Amino acid sequence: MGLILSAAAVQAAERFPPPQFETDYQMPTLTTPPPRAAVWEFVDVGVLAAALGLASWLTLRKRSRRGIAALSVFSLLYFGFWRQGCICSVGSLGNVVLSLFDSSYVLPLTAAAFFLLPIFFTLFFGRVFCGSVCPLGAIQDWVVFRPLSVPAWLETTLRLGAWLYLAAAVLFAAVGAGLLICRYDPFVAFFRLGFNTPLWLLGLLFLGVGVFIARPYCRFVCPYGLLLRQAGRLSFWHVRITPDECIQCRLCEDACPFGAIQPPTAPWPESMRPAERRRLVFLFGLLLVLMSLGGWLGYRVHAGLAAAHPTAELARQVRLRQAGLIAEPTDALRAFDVSGRTLQSLWTQEADVFRRFAWGGLLAGVFVGFVAGVKLIQMSIHFKRTDYEADRAGCLACGRCFAFCPRHRIWETGKPTDSGETS
Amino acid sequence: MNHPPSETLSRRRFLKDGLWTVSLAAAGAAAAALASRSRAKEWVWQIDPYKCIGCGRCATHCVLSESAVKCVHAFEMCGYCDLCTGYFHPDPKALQTGAEHQLCPTGAIRRRFIEEPYFEFTIDESRCIGCGKCVVGCAAFGNGSLFLQIRHDRCQNCNECAIGRVCPSGAIVRVPASAPYLLKVRNP
Repeated sequence: MGLILSAAAVQAAERFPPPQFETDYQMPTLTTPPPRAAVWEFVDVGVLAAALGLASWLTLRKRSRRGIAALSVFSLLYFGFWRQGCICSVGSLGNVVLSLFDSSYVLPLTAAAFFLLPIFFTLFFGRVFCGSVCPLGAIQDWVVFRPLSVPAWLETTLRLGAWLYLAAAVLFAAVGAGLLICRYDPFVAFFRLGFNTPLWLLGLLFLGVGVFIARPYCRFVCPYGLLLRQAGRLSFWHVRITPDECIQCRLCEDACPFGAIQPPTAPWPESMRPAERRRLVFLFGLLLVLMSLGGWLGYRVHAGLAAAHPTAELARQVRLRQAGLIAEPTDALRAFDVSGRTLQSLWTQEADVFRRFAWGGLLAGVFVGFVAGVKLIQMSIHFKRTDYEADRAGCLACGRCFAFCPRHRIWETGKPTDSGETS
Repeated sequence: MNHPPSETLSRRRFLKDGLWTVSLAAAGAAAAALASRSRAKEWVWQIDPYKCIGCGRCATHCVLSESAVKCVHAFEMCGYCDLCTGYFHPDPKALQTGAEHQLCPTGAIRRRFIEEPYFEFTIDESRCIGCGKCVVGCAAFGNGSLFLQIRHDRCQNCNECAIGRVCPSGAIVRVPASAPYLLKVRNP
């Protein structure tokens, strides 16, 4: 009896008419404390824009590692500990995708600004957002004590994991199965100073690995960083190791903890050209194969992924109960029973979820296959470089390499008196 | 710009500048599209009390160690019962305020005599953990005037609500920040 009644929790009727008081009793009112005033959201956007501007100036004009480090501390304190990791540009990717696929969700202007501002700044100034504005990057930047160099092939291969994560995050947000990037944000538990054991362990893992492999989240996980990588390739201005000319002294060779400094390349002998051309044709063929393979794999796993959606899980439980395999109803089943939804509507919704996951899985797989194929092509194209340069895509604009460059040292000492003397 | 001084426009530079212009235009178009779709409107999380089944996950799954969810009381719906089933255990030994008679694990509900035979029940929010035991009790045998709400002086407004992920009834929904509560009303 009690169970049945408690199952009908919300359907409670007015069993006892509210009393007519004879004394002068004043009925208390229900308080409704308001959320944070909307103006603060715009303050956040203002702080973001100002921090991005300052970061660009510090990186490109001032060339000051100390300034960049100081700004990263500020960003860590403001966007990390003060704003508790929400709102952030990395997570705003999920909001943007959600708003594109869910017509009932209108994208807040602040989320749009957090998503777009760093991309615009990267198109102009390189990845200054990653360097000193992103709180997730800042917290990792402070544990880079013994950075080991990761071979380029391994770096590229591991980054495929980030592409996979990006595809999964977009897929889950698009089908309404949740915002993965926010759910598995490894540092948000630190920022909130709350205790959520699995997330703490994840955060500690990233920081522990980060002592030896600098900024592992940024390089091998961050989906937003992938967008900024592509914008960084095209950046109008960007970090330069030397303020004026490269004297090929090789002193900066090991300066970058992220392996983003590219040495000059030797010219390829003419005799290799035909073979390379044939290989390129083969790789373009392989690209198509990888895309088909990815699509097939994505389609194969879609049912497993769809099980993560609450509607699919509920339908599964309903079927198990129909088969007599669930004796004690779960909370989800109780909620379904009192909601008055029909079984027919549940099956329809479930089929819709599976259909969307099937399409999404297929497209996500094709996308990841495409990325893998393009990576192979990229690795076999010869890029001509005569100087030591920061890789526009991989450079996180931290400014560590400046101090390694003798030309920078001269530029720095000459700067206050007569900068014209140094060139 | 750090291009080498060259008289002729190299193919690579032409491609790069072209790509830059195209991607800036694309980013601009995306910005315009997003801006036209977005509003100066923020969302906050709230519990739809007509969907909530009082499962108790609100108390344990919030990212805050003390949940942002608290029980609230719609006084105009309350029957002011002496034997309040939101306050007392089923089959209480006596209708007294002793802890052993109470349903609330933290003693967050205050019972106060108003006039014969009515008692007023108020929530001490500093003690409430949002477990919903009283909500279930009140709805089972009473008017259902006790219900759970996300309190916005506490809620961090996470991008993905940690309770919403595990809510079995899908009761945690996004609501406009301008109307941040979903209150129960008499005779809806």
